Formats: sequence, C-alpha cells, structure tokens
Amino acid sequence: MAWEVGSGLTISAILLVVIVTAAMLIWVERRLLGFWQDRLGPNRVGPFGLLQVVADMIKIFTKEDWIPPFADRFSFVLAPAIIMIVILMSFSVIPFAPGLGVVDSNVGVLFVLAMASLGAYSVMLGGLASDNKYALLGSLRAAAQMVSYEVFMGVSILGVVALAGSFNLREIVIAQEDGWYVIPQFIGFVIFLIAGIAESHRLPFDIPEAEQEICAGYHTEYSGMKFGMFFVGEYLGLVLISSLITVLFFGGWNGPEFLPPIVWFSAKAFFFIAFFILLRAAIPRPRYDQLMSYGWLFLLPLSLINLLVTGAVILLEN
Amino acid sequence: MSSFFKFVLLVKDTLISQVVSLWKVFMHLFVETDTVQYPEQQPHMFSRWRGRIILTRDPDGEERCVACNLCAVACPVDCIALQKTETEEGRWYPDFFRINFSRCIMCGFCEEACPTNAIQLTPDFEMAEYKRQDMVWEKEDLLINGTGKYHETNFYRVSGKAIPGKDKGEARNELPPVDTRSLLP
Repeated sequence: MAWEVGSGLTISAILLVVIVTAAMLIWVERRLLGFWQDRLGPNRVGPFGLLQVVADMIKIFTKEDWIPPFADRFSFVLAPAIIMIVILMSFSVIPFAPGLGVVDSNVGVLFVLAMASLGAYSVMLGGLASDNKYALLGSLRAAAQMVSYEVFMGVSILGVVALAGSFNLREIVIAQEDGWYVIPQFIGFVIFLIAGIAESHRLPFDIPEAEQEICAGYHTEYSGMKFGMFFVGEYLGLVLISSLITVLFFGGWNGPEFLPPIVWFSAKAFFFIAFFILLRAAIPRPRYDQLMSYGWLFLLPLSLINLLVTGAVILLEN
Repeated sequence: MSSFFKFVLLVKDTLISQVVSLWKVFMHLFVETDTVQYPEQQPHMFSRWRGRIILTRDPDGEERCVACNLCAVACPVDCIALQKTETEEGRWYPDFFRINFSRCIMCGFCEEACPTNAIQLTPDFEMAEYKRQDMVWEKEDLLINGTGKYHETNFYRVSGKAIPGKDKGEARNELPPVDTRSLLP
C-alpha cells in the first residue's frame, strides 16, 4: 500500500474525501446562501453548525423509504444509484495531485463526458419510473436540457485538448505548468462553466427540478435515502464540475511552491464550488426553451468558432 | 440572420445584468446579518406589547381585582373564568381567577374592560408548555406583588364604598356625604 495512482489506499482516501466533501457541501451551501441573503444559516448543531450534516443524515436515514405502488420498482430503485455511480466513476480520472488519482487514463476527458451523459439517464429514469405528472415533466425537461448542453460542453473542451495535445487529464495539467489555459481558452472556459452548471442540474439551470414550478421535478416521489442519493449526487456533480474546471482551465495542482499541490487543487476547486453557490444565490432560472435556444443558437456556434480559432492558431504556430 | 444578431445582442445585455447581480449579491457577504440569535440575544420588546396576562395589586398591596366579571364578558374567546367573593369588611375579590392561555388570543380586551387596572398584559411572550393542562393559570400564578404598568390606581381609595379605615366621604377627592337632616345650606 502506498500513495500512488491506483493503489487501494489512494482509492479509498479519494472515495472518502469526495463523499464527505459532497455531504459537507450541504452545510457550506446553506451557510453561504444565508450570508448572501443577510441571514446566518444553520449555526446551532455543533461548532458553527458543522454537525448539521450529521443531523440531516440521521433524519434522512430514519425516514420511511417508500416506493409508490404505481411506480416501476426496478427503474425507480435504479435511478438514484445511477447518478451516484456515474459521478463517482468520473472522479476516477481526475488528477488531484501528482501521484494522487485512481486511474491514469489516456481518454480521461472522453470518459468524464461519457459518464456525465449517463448521469442524465438517472434523472430521466427517475422521473419516468415515478409515474407522476410532475416527475414526468421534470424528466422531459431533463432530456431537453441534456440535448442542449451536451454538444457544446464537449466542443468547449476540445480547445484545451488541442492545446495540450492529449485527452489525458494528468497530461493536460502538466501542460499547464507554464500558463493556465483559462487565458488562451477564456471563451471555452465560460462555455464549459455554463455547460457544467447545466450538467450538474444546479440553479440557475435546475430546470428538471424547478421546485417553484413542478414540485421537485424528477424526484417528487422520492423519499428517504433514495432522495438523499439524488441530493448527494447533485453535490458530487458540483464537486466534479469544479474539479474539472480546475483541471482543464486553472492548472490543476499547479501553483507556487509554498503550499503542497493537493492544497492548490482543493483551494481552486473550492473557489468554483463557492462560485456555483453564488450563482444559485443570484441568478434566476430561465425557461427550458430559453436554455435550448441559448445553447443551440449562441453557445454552440460560439464554441465552434472558439475551436476553429484555436486550431488555426495552433497550425500557424507550427 | 438579423434575428440571430438580435439574439446575440439580447444575450450580451442579459449577460451584463447577470454579472452585475452576481457582484451585488456577493457584496452582501459584508453586510451585517438581520438575524436575531433569539435565546441568547433577546428581541427588544415594547412596553405596550400584549403578552402574558397578570393580575396586579394596588399601591397598598391589596388585590386590585374586584371580581366585576367585565373582563370575562369582554373576552372574545371566553378564556377567563372567575368567581366573586368578599371579605368580612365587604371588599370584593375573586375567589378563583383562571385564564386558559391555550385559548387566549392576547387581544387585550380584558385590560381595556378592567375598571380597576387589575388585569394587565405584559411584554413576556415565552409561554410555551409541554402539557396543555399547564396552559391553565390560576390566580396564584397570575397575581404579582406590584402595581404593573399603572402605579396610581387604587380603586377603594377613590370609590365611595366604605371599607375599614376609610368611611364614606373620606376617599380621595370626595366630599363628605350630605347631611339630609340638616337645614343648613
């Protein structure tokens, strides 16, 4: 057992840290939202309310785990598992620090994109299996949202891939030692950020959930730990997207020497997590047809132009 | 194609407004919160707040309540129950005085109806109980050793009723009774 890519110790540590981080984000998000709304947020359970997560967990574990009699049992149970599995799978290719990761894949970028697309099945199956009109509307919206963001999400990363000359996330980070890709790929960064919000179904793009419009959308019928898995899955997605932005555009673990690489990675990732929470606090939700036209008419052409210009510059330099 | 450019302009405008609102919301991190941390930090209560009901005593230390029943009549939810009795000297007072706070709506009508300022509402609002029966307060729970909000009121010192130590005509601002048998003006 040693601290190297793919060892059992590393894998268990990453799994533990990622899940605990995702759970703690419940508290982080509620406190940050509180401060941005001139409130305090949960501050009673434990120091600074840190044990609020424990209280929430006790509550959610002791809740009745109910499957509606009219639901399709198999897909109903499968759906919340999918989102947890695919997002945890995506973490396997994230390079947290030199020598810290689960797998050193040559197709890391493609793997993450594939897993992210599979995550949409969770939302669609969950809504469909519930046999509830709000859940169905939610999964309908999820499908509409997915076809609008998946395309430009992939295209927006291609600029980075072209600059680094590799689909390997670890090599992409190493290629950024001289300069972060956020500078040459700023448009790609903004587009990927927007796609990332849509991918993790966070506000302002929580259109499949939209509790003000369609109850809780796709997880209307879910309760207990199955709901909890959707919930933690959403936070895992948030951590994943923040890590990806860090890796692809902000140099991953690269940073001045006085702090270890993992600290740089965590700090950058947390910055984006906080930014996503700020987005939730500030930006209202668009209609889903607005998101679709925004994606297809504006972001997709923009990301294609970005890719073309990047390719042309690389060609000229050679 | 022109509709596409219109769309691009719209996107540009909305993006700017989004960035501005992001910045404004972010700056609220440095605004003091409005939260009052209640049990540790008590809210400021106003002296006219209509909270827990008390029965007060007059400046001589006697019960002010004369069991006239006007509060019970005024009460819209009928939460006040009392029974009149009197001392040997003829002072009226309530034998029992019971307020069911699980019914009380803190409207303050009883305080307005009271001719002797005996029943008063206070700024105390922390009246939660675990058992419903504990919400019924008896006279010994309600009666305080003080005058409450109105310090001067002393019914038997202004009324014409004779009590030991104060005969007719000896009350404050009272003239001696007219001697109907005298012919003098």
